[in-house]
Amino acid sequence: MSVRTGIDAGVEAGRGHERRGTLGRASRSERRAGRAFEAMLLACLGFGLLVLAVLLYDVITTGWSRFNLDLVQGMPSGRPARAGIQSAMMGTIWVISLVALITVPLGIATAVYLEEYANPERWFNRAVELNIQNLAAVPSIVYGILGLAFFNRGLGFGGSVLAVALTLSLLVLPIVIISCREAIRSIPTGIKEGALALGATRLQTVRRTILPNAIPGTATGSILALSRAIGEAAPVLLVAGGLVFITFNPEGVLSQTTVLPVQIFNYVSRPQEEFRTVAAAAILVLLLILLVMNSAAIFIRNRFQRKW
Amino acid sequence: MTTAPATGTPSAAPPLGRTIVRGRPRYGERVVETGLALAAFLSVLTTVGIVLSLLDGTREFFSQIRVRDFLLGTVWTPLFANGSYGVLPILSATLLITLIAMLVAIPIGLGAAIYLSEYAGGRARSILKPVLEVLAGIPTVVFGFFALSFVTPNLLKPFFDSIGVFNALSAGLVIGVLIIPIVASLSEDALSAVPQAMRDGALALGATRTKVARKVVLPAALSGVIASFVLALSRGIGETMVAVIAAGSIAQLTADPRQPMQTMTAFIAQAASGDQPTGSLGYNTLFAVGALLFVITLFINVISIRLVRRFREVYE
Repeated sequence: MSVRTGIDAGVEAGRGHERRGTLGRASRSERRAGRAFEAMLLACLGFGLLVLAVLLYDVITTGWSRFNLDLVQGMPSGRPARAGIQSAMMGTIWVISLVALITVPLGIATAVYLEEYANPERWFNRAVELNIQNLAAVPSIVYGILGLAFFNRGLGFGGSVLAVALTLSLLVLPIVIISCREAIRSIPTGIKEGALALGATRLQTVRRTILPNAIPGTATGSILALSRAIGEAAPVLLVAGGLVFITFNPEGVLSQTTVLPVQIFNYVSRPQEEFRTVAAAAILVLLLILLVMNSAAIFIRNRFQRKW
Repeated sequence: MTTAPATGTPSAAPPLGRTIVRGRPRYGERVVETGLALAAFLSVLTTVGIVLSLLDGTREFFSQIRVRDFLLGTVWTPLFANGSYGVLPILSATLLITLIAMLVAIPIGLGAAIYLSEYAGGRARSILKPVLEVLAGIPTVVFGFFALSFVTPNLLKPFFDSIGVFNALSAGLVIGVLIIPIVASLSEDALSAVPQAMRDGALALGATRTKVARKVVLPAALSGVIASFVLALSRGIGETMVAVIAAGSIAQLTADPRQPMQTMTAFIAQAASGDQPTGSLGYNTLFAVGALLFVITLFINVISIRLVRRFREVYE
């Protein structure tokens, strides 16, 4: 989420001489107040941990009885005992594959342009930059409106895999761009200047020095962006609808589809208590998928990231 | 590309007796650069697409409903036959739920940020920061489930007898938890960017660690910290799934958070899943509300981008 550099080291180094606050020693009450303040701050972090633990406990205890193969193999259904998530899982796999195919090349291309080619003084480039910052903070449901108006109705894709994937691609593209730019920026300029000094053209420099060195950071950022797309429900709800049960797996990019978070929403919003169990079990599947993806991202970061 | 003036043409003194000939033009380079610029341009197209798609339906909507009736009306029943189109109930629900969320997220997020930046050692940070990242990575539909199936029955029911299954309070509290990571992470960036010399100076003058954090570092990082609040505010206003699942779908103008309410985002989700025919008034209402939501968040985002730029200018 944030990349820390030399500042940390400075903070760490400055820590040796903190306790002796006043000339001489801090008074007893001052020290006690200081300790209380620190404990309060730590409690704030502890609160996050606590909520996380309670949330997982709640989901696991509610959904455990339905967390089995029947859930994954069953199709969505109005009968809670038979209700499953197969078509939603397949839909998620189709949609996310397509999102990856669209956003990764576009994200890298935009990042390379902004970092290596664009002159930041030109208005066009400044507009692009400001625009990406702003797009990253537009509510996801607004992308859903765009998807509904353009991809679903305007271009006539309906609630298909393609319409959903295009909508989610636009949604996560700014995140992919921002993380790719950070990956490129972390490469020392000396490497690039070395290549240029040896007579490489700009394109050769980008292809032989910038891109290979940016792969780990780009891969990590892209996986994290994709896991954001996997969890998004609101825009898909608009583009593909959420009330009907889709009881078939997608067979192509123009197949009508649903995704896992929308199926979860569908089950949660049904009044019968039994559907809550199904929803919780489906949430466990979703969290498991996200856990695998995030672990992969962390593994790549730790294994391949170069320290310069 | 501002750092390397010597990139393009070899301008340094050429070896004697040889002339530098201009190389053959490399069209491939130009083609690639243009291609990359087009990719960057796509993001501008996205914004244009958003504005156009909102504008179309919104214009249709306002050709039938007066702007005044929309912005100042207090009854919101757009999906009924002969409905009313006053946006205030869903606007006020959005603001109330966001307010509750900010009351949770600001103190806790800021506290966590100060601890991470001013107190935590390297090891503590490497254990505690991922907690926030995990919290930020959980899909909002899961938080919605949590609000409905845990927060309302187990945490709110014991205190408020009359509280219903759907209520604004649980949605607000859970959205607050959801935006803690935004406040914490961005505030920590701002706090860590304060130069160490300022801390050292205060410590040398006899300030305690608490005083350094509260009276020196926090004021110095204030614009960045406020930017994090503003961004969290925009996230809270735009949050959909928690509001749809936990706050219900009754649009009513009330300040009582124990009541069910419908936010702007929840209305959009509800209207869309009702499968309105293209061009109907119900379908266009969705765009009018979407446009209002977009304008509000855009305004907030621009403020936050400005604030972030200001603190970057001061210390970088």
